Amino acid sequence: MSQRPKIPSWNVLGLLPAQLIMLLTLIIPVGIIILVSFSTRGPYGGFDYVFTTAPYKQILFNEGWSGELEFNPQYLIVVARTVILSLATTIICLALSFPVAYFISLQKTSAKMLLIYLVTLPFWVSMIVRVYSWIIILGNDGVIAKTLRALGLGENMGSLLFTDTAMLIGLVYSYIPLMILPVFASIEKLDPALVEASHDLYGSRLTTLRRVILPLCRPGMAAGAILVFVPCLGAVLEPVLLGGGKTMMMGNLIQLQFGAARNWPLGAAISIVLMCAVMIFLLWRGIQAMRKEGREEGA
Amino acid sequence: MTSNVRRYPGFGLFNLIFFVYLYLPIAVVVFYSFNANRIVSNWGGFSLHWYTTALSNAALVGAVKTSLFVATIATVLSTVVALMAALVLVRGRNVRFRRVSETVVNLPLLLPEIVVAVAVLILFSEVGLTNGLLKLTIAHTTFCIPFAFLPIRARLQGMDADLEEAARDLYASAWVAFRRVTLPLILPGVFAGAMLAFVISMDDFITSNLLNSGGATTLPVYIFSLIKQGVSPQLNAISTLIMIVSVVLATIAFLLQRRQ
Repeated sequence: MSQRPKIPSWNVLGLLPAQLIMLLTLIIPVGIIILVSFSTRGPYGGFDYVFTTAPYKQILFNEGWSGELEFNPQYLIVVARTVILSLATTIICLALSFPVAYFISLQKTSAKMLLIYLVTLPFWVSMIVRVYSWIIILGNDGVIAKTLRALGLGENMGSLLFTDTAMLIGLVYSYIPLMILPVFASIEKLDPALVEASHDLYGSRLTTLRRVILPLCRPGMAAGAILVFVPCLGAVLEPVLLGGGKTMMMGNLIQLQFGAARNWPLGAAISIVLMCAVMIFLLWRGIQAMRKEGREEGA
Repeated sequence: MTSNVRRYPGFGLFNLIFFVYLYLPIAVVVFYSFNANRIVSNWGGFSLHWYTTALSNAALVGAVKTSLFVATIATVLSTVVALMAALVLVRGRNVRFRRVSETVVNLPLLLPEIVVAVAVLILFSEVGLTNGLLKLTIAHTTFCIPFAFLPIRARLQGMDADLEEAARDLYASAWVAFRRVTLPLILPGVFAGAMLAFVISMDDFITSNLLNSGGATTLPVYIFSLIKQGVSPQLNAISTLIMIVSVVLATIAFLLQRRQ
């Protein structure tokens, strides 16, 4: 090896700026968030470093005036809504993206490129503009309400806006390109001969889909599920604009604590809960992926 | 026909409906932006009035300037930092803790953005930093790094390391080999990364909104304040203008990618 000319050995110092930035602006601050989540709320907002577990208790309980704890599910409902809506979004995105990605993969190269471009295009358009467009569609005097009224239907229909359904529509709309792309990539890798072989062996279309195509697309679906589920957990815009102020998700609950509610320790505690939820999900996916790798190497 | 076996009935129709769902909201906004009526959903004839109002709106122009300023600096900084990190992580030898280092560089992708926003908010309040533009630029640089990093890394991994070695064999210094051989070859990846970073920064709402103080309002935060005041035709005109810019950028990126 020593006779060979040196490959330019990139100085390890090149990593330093990126790591310093992450350390100073994220890793240490996350440590501070943990500290704040165990701190006492200051008299005028902010916080004092006096240890207490009150912020975490506050997520579950109301403290009565004599210090007794009374179970209050208001924040727990927000957490549950966040998880349920994120799961629902992920499942709907999965269900919608498979037929779309499959159909695109069957097209000729030029049509394929065009369709993939059309799928990604909305993603380049500002997120806030895309969410806003649903206000016009779902609003009280919106496109859907008007159409239904013109058809003589839905006279006494309540507003579609500011509901869980509206949030769900907005979330699916925002994140579906992130699901289609990895699913499409895994369908593209699929060997058509396998599908034909399944048919030659008298597998019906449905059987082929269920036993051959879908299992082979699982890696793409798993990747897409992470890309959709994680940002959904922390969504802020969709709940604020489409859910109104009352039906909150964790993201805007946190924002509220750092803004109008001025309860930083509680906001920090909810942030930590959210971060732990995401970490547990990612770890679980990571362990699954590693196990699968191990199994394939073993085989 | 072999291809027949692979087709499923109804997928074509399903796709048609899907693409309508994808583009209908955008079309509605563009359509109503030409509405002369002050009330958005009552059609009052064609008019460009709201575009002239939007373009002469000083607050809007200010927000665009803030966004462009922050996005430009954050893009340059994050791309340079990401390029350096990618070179070390892909090409470097005896790099210890490669896996961990990569996770650290991609950290903003692993945390929900609201947590990133809270982290920088608390950091700036502890340090006592009050300059709004500086706060935004630091925060944006941080979360843009992985978006710049991933395309550059992909391009570097796809590049043949022998080319660099050949340049070195011909007595090129490490710097010359990088500038004349490596950089031109990975330039599309660097460009893609920079563009992604720019779009992510321009589009950011969560962090910019939480940090919104000290007079630095970015475009999405300004649009949010307009939406809170209620739906208006001017808002539709602004949205349409933003969409035009986005579509142009996306098309350039698409065509560049296709050429490769």
